[in-house]
Amino acid sequence: MINSSSDNVKKLNSINRRMFITGSLKFLIMIGIVTRLFSLQIRENKKYLTLSDKNRIREWKLAPVRGEFHDYFGNVVAGNFESYQLHIIPEQVEDFRYVIYRVKDLLELSDKQFKKILKKKNEIKPWETLIVSDNLSWKKFSKINNHLYDLNGVKPVISISRNYPYKENFTHLIGYVSQANQNDIDTTEVIKKNFVPGLKVGKVGLEKSFENELIGSNDIERYEVNAYGRRISQLEFQKGEKGKTLRLTIDTEVQKLTNELLKDKAGSICVMDIYTGEIIAMHSSPSFDPNLFVFGISKDEWQLIRNDPMKPLVNKTLQGNYSPGSTIKPLVALSALENGIINTNFTVKCTGKTEMYGQTYHCWKKKGHGFVSLRNAMKQSCDTYFYEIARRLGVDRLSETAKRFGLGEKVFGDLFSIEKKGLVPNTQWKKNALGQGWLLGETIITGIGQGYIQTTPIQLCLMTAQIGNGGYKIYPQIVVNEKNLVPPADKFTPLFENSKNIRIIQDAMFGSTNEVMGTSYRSRIDNPKYQFAGKTGTSQVKKITEQERELDLKTFEIPYEQRDHALYVAYGPYKNPKYALSIIVEHGGNGSTTAAPMAKKLFKLIIDRDKLRKSINDKKYLEI
Amino acid sequence: MYQYKRFSNDNFGFIQKFRNFDYILLICILLLGLISLATMYSTDGGKILFHTKSHFTKLVVFTIMMLIISFINIKYWFSIGYIGYLVVVGLLVWTYLFGITSSGSQRWINLYFINLQPSELMKIFIILCLAKYFHRMKLENVNSIYTILTSLIIILLPMGLVIVQPDLGTSLLIAISGIAVLWFAGINYKYFIYTMLGFLISLPFIIAFLKPYQKLRVLTFLNPDKDPLGAGYQIIQSKIAVGSGGIFGKGFLKGTQSYLEFLPEKHTDFIFTLFSEEFGFVGSAFLLIIYAIIIYRIVAIGASSRSYFAKIFCYSFGAAIFVFITINMSMVLGLLPIVGSPLPIMSYGGSSMLATMIGLGIVMSAKVHNQQLIA
Repeated sequence: MINSSSDNVKKLNSINRRMFITGSLKFLIMIGIVTRLFSLQIRENKKYLTLSDKNRIREWKLAPVRGEFHDYFGNVVAGNFESYQLHIIPEQVEDFRYVIYRVKDLLELSDKQFKKILKKKNEIKPWETLIVSDNLSWKKFSKINNHLYDLNGVKPVISISRNYPYKENFTHLIGYVSQANQNDIDTTEVIKKNFVPGLKVGKVGLEKSFENELIGSNDIERYEVNAYGRRISQLEFQKGEKGKTLRLTIDTEVQKLTNELLKDKAGSICVMDIYTGEIIAMHSSPSFDPNLFVFGISKDEWQLIRNDPMKPLVNKTLQGNYSPGSTIKPLVALSALENGIINTNFTVKCTGKTEMYGQTYHCWKKKGHGFVSLRNAMKQSCDTYFYEIARRLGVDRLSETAKRFGLGEKVFGDLFSIEKKGLVPNTQWKKNALGQGWLLGETIITGIGQGYIQTTPIQLCLMTAQIGNGGYKIYPQIVVNEKNLVPPADKFTPLFENSKNIRIIQDAMFGSTNEVMGTSYRSRIDNPKYQFAGKTGTSQVKKITEQERELDLKTFEIPYEQRDHALYVAYGPYKNPKYALSIIVEHGGNGSTTAAPMAKKLFKLIIDRDKLRKSINDKKYLEI
Repeated sequence: MYQYKRFSNDNFGFIQKFRNFDYILLICILLLGLISLATMYSTDGGKILFHTKSHFTKLVVFTIMMLIISFINIKYWFSIGYIGYLVVVGLLVWTYLFGITSSGSQRWINLYFINLQPSELMKIFIILCLAKYFHRMKLENVNSIYTILTSLIIILLPMGLVIVQPDLGTSLLIAISGIAVLWFAGINYKYFIYTMLGFLISLPFIIAFLKPYQKLRVLTFLNPDKDPLGAGYQIIQSKIAVGSGGIFGKGFLKGTQSYLEFLPEKHTDFIFTLFSEEFGFVGSAFLLIIYAIIIYRIVAIGASSRSYFAKIFCYSFGAAIFVFITINMSMVLGLLPIVGSPLPIMSYGGSSMLATMIGLGIVMSAKVHNQQLIA
């Protein structure tokens, strides 16, 4: 018994000793757990709080409201309208099949459209919005609203979309918007930032150039979501900002007239203020309705536009490289005067053709003009005279003058990515680009705007404007400079050596339009209020063979693609010049018969609206 | 001798039993029960739904059962030590043969009114069995080869039966319960040290033998950010929930992590995460204090018991409960790999609560009958 009891004591001692060790261990482990809790909940609380918010809060961005385009007088030329849309959230629909077939009947959807919608439905999560239709007519929209009682889960929504009220009038200028693609997102930071599915962004024209200003910023909805991404409750709604509204220098009435004049023709018209450089109108024809692109153009319509031989997708004003033809003559003459090659008394005898360097060069007038001075040569557009002075002047001196007046470089700088530079050739250029020496014969045809030289209609307009304003440099602009940014330092710097030379050219252009024998005499306006001075041009599309010259065909007898381009440049009113324009009608035949009459109509309207235009500015100052 | 006889008298007065009863322990258990009910209510989304109702029923039934157990003489519990163990082993065999399979493991047997998980019961009955085994053993015999082998078999048999379910976590917890008894029985320190070293050395080999999903858990524990939406999801979301709770928590029924269903297994293994998210550091500390008091009372009861069986049972049970709690908490706090181990009483699950309540009942019985000697 004693043994047993001493054993018991030993056992008790052992168990108590071990209990003590265990207790100490427990205490240490407990401290460890508390420390861990402390570190998670107190020391790193902020970090985990952020993570938890990240978990539960999700943002939904809504498409921003795009800024508008207004014309000079405040008319909306690219605006927004309320489009009627139909949304379905599949998970909120009890019987999706029933509802979707019901919607199909109500909207009279074709099987193709219907299949597309079903495909879209399979691509999204059940709680995401399925856009059944993004632009419903009011009739269908109200029909849906009347049947809502048995369309559970269907949501009629009023959304904001782009609208171009003047349809084809502004297409090439403003461009159009369409759904953003991956390329848009990758290349444009602001699109990436504001992207939401279905976002429409500018694809061409000013819509694209001013994307940063126009796009605005998203409305942001913050929702609490669960682990599966389902929205539980809305926490916040942050209103986005509408994009900036841009005011253009364009006068819609003039723009509409240009569209009318070029109806069924391919070509371009641009009108410019010769002092401010403001573009009054700028149109390329044929055009198309940009509204077609807003909700995605149909394949058929796209093919129609794309395959049109008159190329509606090309902005001819900026992208069209044309031989300037006789419209370059004022510059050739100016260059010759400036370089002292000729004076006003210099005469050349025109016999209808001339031999130089073993080649025969023809004047447009077979019988010849006889003895012509500078003024008469310009007036009657005598080619022989200009062959001679071009020969004396040389291409390098000519190209220098041409470049000074804005040929051979982009008029709008980086504003339009599609704008072409044209080409002002010289000996150096040919050596570099073609690896050949310059031929003297090439100088001679450059003198009448043929050969390598290429200009865009906007360049010709700028050139004419700078002659019209007395030879001072201007910078064309399309968007009204609201911020009064400081213009480039060389604005209004003289482009001439001697201002007398400019006046000689102006006078010759006056003669060309307003005096008997002038090439555009028939398109003149006698009233000094509208009287303008201009220069016709006819640019050859292909070399005329001797045989064809003999035939002397009328324009309508030549196949369309081989007809000459008709050009006309002018500025006015002559006594107090304000505006310049350039007109080109592709394959229009003759500058004096096709292009010049358009100028007459244009000047009438432009000058009539001049007062109104100026009064807008005055009003603005008064308001300040 | 006479004195002993007097005290060994079975007939404790009924009033005496009430006097001996450990009210502090009871209050703590009831408090814990209330907290667990509230938390369960929160997991149900602030409504009295299935989990809350079921948990409430179990809590009431098992608490009453615990009280009944505590009024039955400890002698009786001593006497069923081996039989109880064998019955549970039988149940484990039954499970192996006819058990219900759920999410890939066969752990339950259908008793019609409850799906019983015998492996949970084994956590307690192995203590009961080993405590009886060592009760009358002389200290010099404790370290004999025969004793050690016998006790190892007692531990390894149920472990094996549980591992094949497969349920590594519970089998480890059963082993820990058994080892706790061996420790308090006085098995030589060196064996524990050798076992520990052996375990560490063989760890790489053990890992090689693990099932792919178990391996993944270990790897995930080592680097949960490697696959945040896959294997690491649970542990990352649990840490976010606890960490975002802060000092005072997000408030009752306001735990966003659990409400928005970021938290996995929030009724069972991750119930502490939810509690901690809603009540913060202060709440968690309070819960820890209640657990600490419970464990302290268990140990204290053991210390005041006259019989060696009661002592060794209480100490081992206290240690086992402590380990269950710390393993569960360490797991949800990202200190240990994810092993399925419920938090005693707090977690939803009948078998676990049943086992815990039986254990607590026996501890209370030891208190009520603390002068009882067992021959």
